[in-house]
Amino acid sequence: MQSEPQALNRPLLQSRSGKTKARDAQVINLGDRVFYVATRSLAFCVIVLALLLTADLIRGAWESIGTFGLKFLVGTTWDPVTRQFGTLPTIIGTVVKATIGLLLAVPISIGSAIFIAFYVPKSLRPIISYPIELLAGIPSIVFGLWGLFVMVPVIRIVQIWLKAHFGWFFLFNGPAVYGVGVLSGSVILAIMVIPIVTAISRDILLTVPRLQIEGMLALGATKWEAIWKVALPYARVGLVGAVILGLGRAIGETMAVTMVGGNSFDLIHSLFDPVHSMASQIASEFTEATYGLYVSSLIYVGLVLFGITICVSLLAQLLIWKLSKGKVAIFE
Amino acid sequence: MNNESIAVDEQGDAPEPRRVEPMEEQPPTEDIRIHVEGLSVYYGKLRAVKNVSLAIKSRKVTAIIGPSGCGKSTFIRCLNRMHEVTPGTRVEGKVLLDGYDLYGPGTDPVEVRRKVGMVFQKPNPFPTMSIRDNAIAGFRLNGSRDRRLNDEKVEKSLRMAALWDEVKDQLHQPGTSLSGGQQQRLCIARALAVEPEVLLMDEPCSALDPIATAKIEELIHELKDTVTIVIVTHNMQQAARVSDFTAFFYIGELVEFGVTSKMFTNPDKQQTEDYITGRFG
Amino acid sequence: MSAPNPALGLRYFRRKAIERLAVGGMLLCAGITIFFLVTILGYVLYRGATAIDWEFLTSLPLPPGETGGGIANALIGSALVVACAAMMAVPIGLGAAVFVNEFPSAGLGRFVRFLAEVMTGVPSIVVGLFAYALIVRPFGSFSGFSGSVAYAFIMIPIILISAHEAFRLVPDSLREASLALGISKWRTIMRVVLPVSSRALLTGVVLAVSRALGEAAPMLFTAFGNPYWSLNLGKPIATVPLLIYTYATAPYEDWHRKAWAASFILLVVVLITSVLTRAFLRGKSNE
Repeated sequence: MQSEPQALNRPLLQSRSGKTKARDAQVINLGDRVFYVATRSLAFCVIVLALLLTADLIRGAWESIGTFGLKFLVGTTWDPVTRQFGTLPTIIGTVVKATIGLLLAVPISIGSAIFIAFYVPKSLRPIISYPIELLAGIPSIVFGLWGLFVMVPVIRIVQIWLKAHFGWFFLFNGPAVYGVGVLSGSVILAIMVIPIVTAISRDILLTVPRLQIEGMLALGATKWEAIWKVALPYARVGLVGAVILGLGRAIGETMAVTMVGGNSFDLIHSLFDPVHSMASQIASEFTEATYGLYVSSLIYVGLVLFGITICVSLLAQLLIWKLSKGKVAIFE
Repeated sequence: MNNESIAVDEQGDAPEPRRVEPMEEQPPTEDIRIHVEGLSVYYGKLRAVKNVSLAIKSRKVTAIIGPSGCGKSTFIRCLNRMHEVTPGTRVEGKVLLDGYDLYGPGTDPVEVRRKVGMVFQKPNPFPTMSIRDNAIAGFRLNGSRDRRLNDEKVEKSLRMAALWDEVKDQLHQPGTSLSGGQQQRLCIARALAVEPEVLLMDEPCSALDPIATAKIEELIHELKDTVTIVIVTHNMQQAARVSDFTAFFYIGELVEFGVTSKMFTNPDKQQTEDYITGRFG
Repeated sequence: MSAPNPALGLRYFRRKAIERLAVGGMLLCAGITIFFLVTILGYVLYRGATAIDWEFLTSLPLPPGETGGGIANALIGSALVVACAAMMAVPIGLGAAVFVNEFPSAGLGRFVRFLAEVMTGVPSIVVGLFAYALIVRPFGSFSGFSGSVAYAFIMIPIILISAHEAFRLVPDSLREASLALGISKWRTIMRVVLPVSSRALLTGVVLAVSRALGEAAPMLFTAFGNPYWSLNLGKPIATVPLLIYTYATAPYEDWHRKAWAASFILLVVVLITSVLTRAFLRGKSNE
């Protein structure tokens, strides 16, 4: 393949920063150009896929959007028989379970991460870290299976006890005997989120420079004070990222929540009420949706879920950018 | 001299007054701040500091010099028990601060480090804190919330570190927004804010340019009336400029210790003279 | 020694108490994490391993209610669907990553990388809806291929991001050396950048495959499941994770046992992935 430096009349690629790097090397012959076009097309494929997903969701939901508009988001009736569809209860179900799940998971995860990073001797760290990473990779269906057969019976006992002793409190005033419900859903989400957030947080905490921690210790701080006042603030950007990753997982989680979160469409009044999350609703009903508006409404729910997830993602990037005071670019 | 000191054991139980018997047959100890006796430091099996004994005089500057790897940093980090932060280290011997054994069975490193402060080779202001918060980071550990008191402390420490005039209008900027030399002076201010008895400086100027270095050496001159200083340096001229006493270390051993002017003009040991005249190291 | 400030002393005990409380709290957190670790892994190992036998791995499912049979069709089905997905995902993911890293002057690259990060957050059920709308509806039937499309959507960002990171780690000096020898850019990429980062690239692919193998939600209305033996991706096909869901939510005790056994298999997949990726990464750091 011959080099023909001037043969192709196209602007040569230059590095924007002015500093030319090897990666900015000019595309000067035909082979390069073909390669460039080929890989660029593949990159475009990615964009096309993303756009296609958005478009297909909107298109699929169109009938329902046309029928209900934004009232869909605040409607509280979901009745395939009367053709009334509203998704507020499942939005609430999703948000409540994800929130409680995170409230449980975040302190436990970060506490565990601090413990592993600062209190476990280096040689012992892999012993506890490997299993946590393993757990982080386990598919949600397996969590669901365990949740259904092992966790729910336990939660049922707890719920019955709570209702018996504190039933006057509105949170505990619900159908305790089901076992499946908001509490189970939240707990399984917490259990699923803990390994991921722990693993990432641990990695982040290990990057805090020793010099910083030693600086605090040298001032007469206790080890905990050094962690609390220096290590955690230093790592806060990464930790926030890890938590938001966990949040995203909790909101979008399907299988485990479907199996233990309960299958009802009513507004929840207590921790024991069974209620669908948006994902579990789609999972349960989609194959039984018999007519156009029904299917379209379910896709509409998917669109809403998608929208919420994207917002969380973007919010995460924004928050990270703000916390690092603009030093970490959103685009790479 | 009878010493009544708070000996707090690991469980933080109520203190019992403890008397530490003074050394036998010692000259009056008022002017010696730190006694080091037979100090050996082990990293695992490796003996990095071998049986060192010396006395740090109060309100004077003692310099520790020697070629790379001779144990000077290891030694100085034993004076405030910072070497313990590295796992696998072991110490034998005694370090006595005003007669009080820093390695005694009931002694908490936290207390030791409040009395013996440290400035590191690379300036390490806390990046998430402002200049003001950096200055009193250590001071606030005792829970001081009084705003006025804190502000006074900030000003006092920054003045002592000859930094006040340069930063007084930007106290809320992050600590890392300063130049290298200013950052180091901020670290000095931070260390001074807790009012230590002794200030350890581990090659404080090695990461700085000559002008910043000169400012810090000037600072050391001013500070020594207030606080005892021990400085590790690989720069012999610096040792000659700032210190009153010098200790020469070689491969973990204390070769010679004496008055600086004598050490640099007429040392006792041949090894010392060889090092100082640049024949090795 | 100067007498310690008494006020300092009182505060000191409080600080010590706080420290002990904090350490206790962290110990509790770690304990809870380890507890769940042990419980979940333990249960899956125990209940799953005891239910696995040769018949389970090699025979087809029997009608509901009958004891015996196996999940061979799901094992093959999963492998087929994921393999097809990988054939689509790996070129796109790798190619796009090459573009993002090796032709960085176009802002397009950074946008694509950003997009990939966002894509990893899309819930898998939504991806399933996408595949349904894209393939199942127009063609009128559930199919293994639509499942592959769903899996591919999940796999592409994973491969892209890990490949991109791998390329970033390749030192520029290697590229410069190659270019200075007069080797053209595309050859430099093929002959230098790709081989050097091959370990990390493989790790990314392994991770993506492992992730896809375990995803059940997208299969609900794409591959849909199939109780019979099938190698046809144009028709519904059985996959392991979906089978676990179907069996776990059914009333048959035998099926529950099989669900545990299938979970055990997935756990083994995750384990192998974990070991492989660690081995790759450790090998790389030794180079």
